[in-house]
Amino acid sequence: MPLILTEEQTMLKDAADGFLAEHAPISHLRHLRDSKDADGVSRDLWRAFGEMGFAGVIIPEEHGGSGLGAVEAGVVAEALGRTLTPSPFFGSSVLAARVLSDAASADQQAWLPRIAAGEAILSLAVDEGPKHQPARITTTAERSGNGFKLNGAKGFVLDGHIADALIVAAKTGAGTTLFLIDARTSGVEIERTVMVDAHNAARVTLTDVQVDADAVLGAVDGGEAALESALNLGRACVAAGLIGAGDQAFLSTVEYLRTRKQFGKAIGEFQALQHRAAHLFTELEIAKAAVLAALQRIDAGTEKADLAVSVAKAKAGRVAELAVQEAVQMHGGVGMTDEYDVGLFMKRVRVLNELLGDAGFHAERIARAGGY
Amino acid sequence: MTDLETFRAETRAWLEANCPAECRGPLDNDEDRVWGGRNATFKTPAHKRWMEVMGERGWTAPEWPTEYGGGGLTREQAKVLGSEMRRIDAQSPLSSFGIWMLGPALLQFGTEEQKKRFLPEIVRGEIRWCQGYSEPGAGSDLAGLQTRAEDRGDHWIVNGQKVWTSYADQADWIFCLVRTDPDAPKHLGISFVLFDMATPGVTTRPITLISGKSPFCETFFDDVRVEKENLVGTLNRGWDVAKALLAHERTMIGAMGDMGRPMGQVAVDSLGLDETGRLDEPMLRARIAELEIDVAAFRLSMERVGDQVKARQVSPAIASMLKYYGSELNKRRHELAMAAGGSDALEWESDRSRKGTAARDWLRTKANSIEGGTSEVQLNIIAKHLLQLPGA
Repeated sequence: MPLILTEEQTMLKDAADGFLAEHAPISHLRHLRDSKDADGVSRDLWRAFGEMGFAGVIIPEEHGGSGLGAVEAGVVAEALGRTLTPSPFFGSSVLAARVLSDAASADQQAWLPRIAAGEAILSLAVDEGPKHQPARITTTAERSGNGFKLNGAKGFVLDGHIADALIVAAKTGAGTTLFLIDARTSGVEIERTVMVDAHNAARVTLTDVQVDADAVLGAVDGGEAALESALNLGRACVAAGLIGAGDQAFLSTVEYLRTRKQFGKAIGEFQALQHRAAHLFTELEIAKAAVLAALQRIDAGTEKADLAVSVAKAKAGRVAELAVQEAVQMHGGVGMTDEYDVGLFMKRVRVLNELLGDAGFHAERIARAGGY
Repeated sequence: MTDLETFRAETRAWLEANCPAECRGPLDNDEDRVWGGRNATFKTPAHKRWMEVMGERGWTAPEWPTEYGGGGLTREQAKVLGSEMRRIDAQSPLSSFGIWMLGPALLQFGTEEQKKRFLPEIVRGEIRWCQGYSEPGAGSDLAGLQTRAEDRGDHWIVNGQKVWTSYADQADWIFCLVRTDPDAPKHLGISFVLFDMATPGVTTRPITLISGKSPFCETFFDDVRVEKENLVGTLNRGWDVAKALLAHERTMIGAMGDMGRPMGQVAVDSLGLDETGRLDEPMLRARIAELEIDVAAFRLSMERVGDQVKARQVSPAIASMLKYYGSELNKRRHELAMAAGGSDALEWESDRSRKGTAARDWLRTKANSIEGGTSEVQLNIIAKHLLQLPGA
């Protein structure tokens, strides 16, 4: 398959870019932040996402979604990265929707149409410490009565403060089990954590949370495959978000190089800056190839697609990091001001880098798979 | 089965039947490469056979049209052929500046007669070409070249000197930039001509590099007769041909960023694993993983650029991006290979070190970011043609 977007995918990209530019440009993020919005995301925008087919991009048509694949989800994620738009997209439309698509049909029917419509917000609760280490979770679920009793603490739960339900990964003896838990269940304590990029996550404490056996998604002790599959899709989409944010910061910087004058000429005429911009362009193009390839391989079910995802997440992370640092530096003093947008890109990239495993986490996976 | 799946099955069967065992597995060293030509040398008779059967099928130049001896494959089929060759670890049947550089330029600028004459013998590995571009006074400023071609009616007489001519001492023919109008602005007085290295007046002198090897030559032209029919493209517009060819050369040099064994394996062979199954050199291990990520991403980027070119979504200047990144990547790879090899990799003459192969290869890569246009020149091109920065 050619490593470029198809005509339909390009149309989706244009639609997503156009929609966000009109309805949720960066001023939208600023408004939510500066007004200290109670939700931190716009529910109207989320419903509009539903109408546009973005919220249900990977959800099957029979559940009201668009029935598309990872590449299309990545296209939407990249667009969101360009406008820095806060939205429950990663948590609900990617991670939760992917986990649910392997679940029992009752769970699918209960939630997928509502996610696709931009009505429900779900969050995946995996991380526990400051770093993404899904293999080391310590939250437990013990058999209790007719179901399970959960104890543990989760963090970096995307939009968990406004979630209707949480998908919690917990240890059940030897294996990992995924539980779908109503956010209002007794013993669930949720603290909103406003992040550096003005997007939101939550810390979730589970204290003797009693759930019925039907809260289990998939099989008891059998949650690892579904979790890993959702995490990989999520990582590839976050990588696409990194490309969106990094590339947009780069484009603003190139524009600034063309217009900002010092010493009587555009600063873009100075070779010291030209070479840095050209290097950054190169890195971004190479990262774009890695991200698109990972998304395509997820769709194709290619063997070792997870390694392609790690390459993509690590590469996009490093490159976006470089892009936002260069953006601030080349903008000079104004790059440090809150008024200019470049700082917002730097903050968003820091968060996306940490989300679902940073470059070090993914490099470790590459090294392990490479037998060293 | 789709057509492509059928093609894959047939290709796999054909390769299994025709790729000799001796031609599978990594090359021991660069000297074992097959370059073809009148004075071709082969490591084994099997290597000769492998070049010949692939050449007959046109699969040494899979995407060239069949009427010029090429394989006539689509881009997707060529990708399948490549992946099937990698599957059995097949060595490249033929390394060739004719295939990598001259051929694409001839396909674009050559006359029908020139294509019919030169391309099939390139595909079959019968004629080995070299490139006459750089001169002592024209390196990064290539268009400042001074080798003169004087018009003598039905032919030119060429005088001058080239330098860094790769394998000029082993090549049969040269594609060469000469100044045909000394009075025109420098880019507008250059022509692109072809001639036989056996023509009287052509001499070559190998240059010994820091690697101890001599892949490059100085090449001298002393009243060399060049026939007018061997002009490629328009008189005095050779710079257009030269630039198009440079794009292919740059892509080729860039592709070196994706060659050789996985660096993790190289390091494991040298250093072994600790009890947790990791390389016992954590700092080196991290650098290797970062390199392998970049190599994987770069490989995909080459594929993407090819697809973009095919879909006419990018400027040909994109080759500068691949050249810049791939050559820097290859230098990084060899720095790590030396670190992984430690003092073993420092041995220069021993059989154990295969006469210092690692060290010599490492040193050779330092030219990657100079030859075919320096990294700095590539960055200039990107700034000017891809970013349209002012004054670039």
